[in-house]
Amino acid sequence: MEYVSSLVLIAVSAAFINNFVLYYSVGICPYLGVSRRVDMAFGMGCAVTFVISIAACLSWALTVFVLRPGAPLATWVWHWLRPDSAGVVDLSILNYLVYIFVIASSVQFVEMYLRKFFPPLYKSFGIYLPLITTNCAILFACLEIMKHVSGVPAAQLWDLGRALALAAFGGVGFTIAIVLMAGMREDLDLCDVPQALRGPGIALIVAGILAMAFMGFTGVDRNLAALLR
Amino acid sequence: MSQTQTPANASAADRGPTAAERFINGILPENPTYRQMLGMCPTLAITNGMRSAMTMAAAVLFVLVCANAMISLIRGLLKPHLRILVFTLTIAAFVTIVDRLLAAYMYDMSKQLGPYVPLIIVNCIIISRCEVCAAKQSLPIAIADAVGQSLGFALALASIATIREILGAGTWFGLRVLPAAWPAWVIMVLPPGAFITLGLLMGSVNWFLARRQEARG
Repeated sequence: MEYVSSLVLIAVSAAFINNFVLYYSVGICPYLGVSRRVDMAFGMGCAVTFVISIAACLSWALTVFVLRPGAPLATWVWHWLRPDSAGVVDLSILNYLVYIFVIASSVQFVEMYLRKFFPPLYKSFGIYLPLITTNCAILFACLEIMKHVSGVPAAQLWDLGRALALAAFGGVGFTIAIVLMAGMREDLDLCDVPQALRGPGIALIVAGILAMAFMGFTGVDRNLAALLR
Repeated sequence: MSQTQTPANASAADRGPTAAERFINGILPENPTYRQMLGMCPTLAITNGMRSAMTMAAAVLFVLVCANAMISLIRGLLKPHLRILVFTLTIAAFVTIVDRLLAAYMYDMSKQLGPYVPLIIVNCIIISRCEVCAAKQSLPIAIADAVGQSLGFALALASIATIREILGAGTWFGLRVLPAAWPAWVIMVLPPGAFITLGLLMGSVNWFLARRQEARG
């Protein structure tokens, strides 16, 4: 029960309270770039959620088994190469290089897999899939997971379920934010916006108001935790 | 994909703007934030104070100059289909160096910037400069371009951070500039303040440029 409630808390806080776009301001480029129409925004949101979950699983596994200080696989290989050596094996300096490599290759593989087995879905994702590599939200999710698995005591180590909950619901939060934004921008097209603010200017101001609205979720997690206990 | 042919000869340097022009271009006419709309995540996230904004600008300057120089040196070896991967891994290596340096010499600042230092890896400014300039130009031009773009980025960060820190906390670089009676607009140092400040600044830049265009006829 405690595990399930921790999953729920992680999910709610990733999707609403600490929304990736509106609280951490990551993933702003697609947020402003592809939020002109609701259907396109929804497609982008789904693609991000999909890739973020895969990248999070892979980077979780690599961090836990290879990269973190004292990781089992790295230690085993090191002791096999140098049987007489002592000390902790720490590869965490390679974290960023490995994460960005994992993200780039998982985007590539997802693209190939979809093109082969789900052509309609591939068509609907279209140009967005390759663009996702440079989406900060994905790397940000990997880094947040890293904070909970690299260099923490074994009792506090996040398992795969928690890592996946954070990443997948971070993606859901991104989808919610971008679809809300696209809905408002569709209506903004009909408004008389001052010439200088048209385009990104007014979009940023609307995003600011949306971020203010999302500040209303602050503190929900504490009450939710009390409720679930 | 049409830009993938990169002849590594000196004549490539003769085309396009010179090093000095590229340097000036980066600061205002092609400002990465206001004109190209690139690298928005750090622009919004760490401009709640001048200190963090300027640390971020310095980190970006280091990474952009090093990555541009490195890519420019190896531009003859780049394969078209692998170049983005090479760019990203080069940038990631330099970002790791910056991250470790910050953690060693400016520990508090490193804690405050948190994940936004590693997020420089996916900052579109750097990848776009590698692709547009460094992969085609010689070393001096690539470095001039990198410094110009970084100064433009620093200028944009400074403009946003100045407004947000003065209105939100009444201070600038931690020094008090508004009287202590100033009711700090806390919203300005929170995420919504970042969006609204940048939106209004972008509007004023557009208005200013449109007016100048009109005056020229």
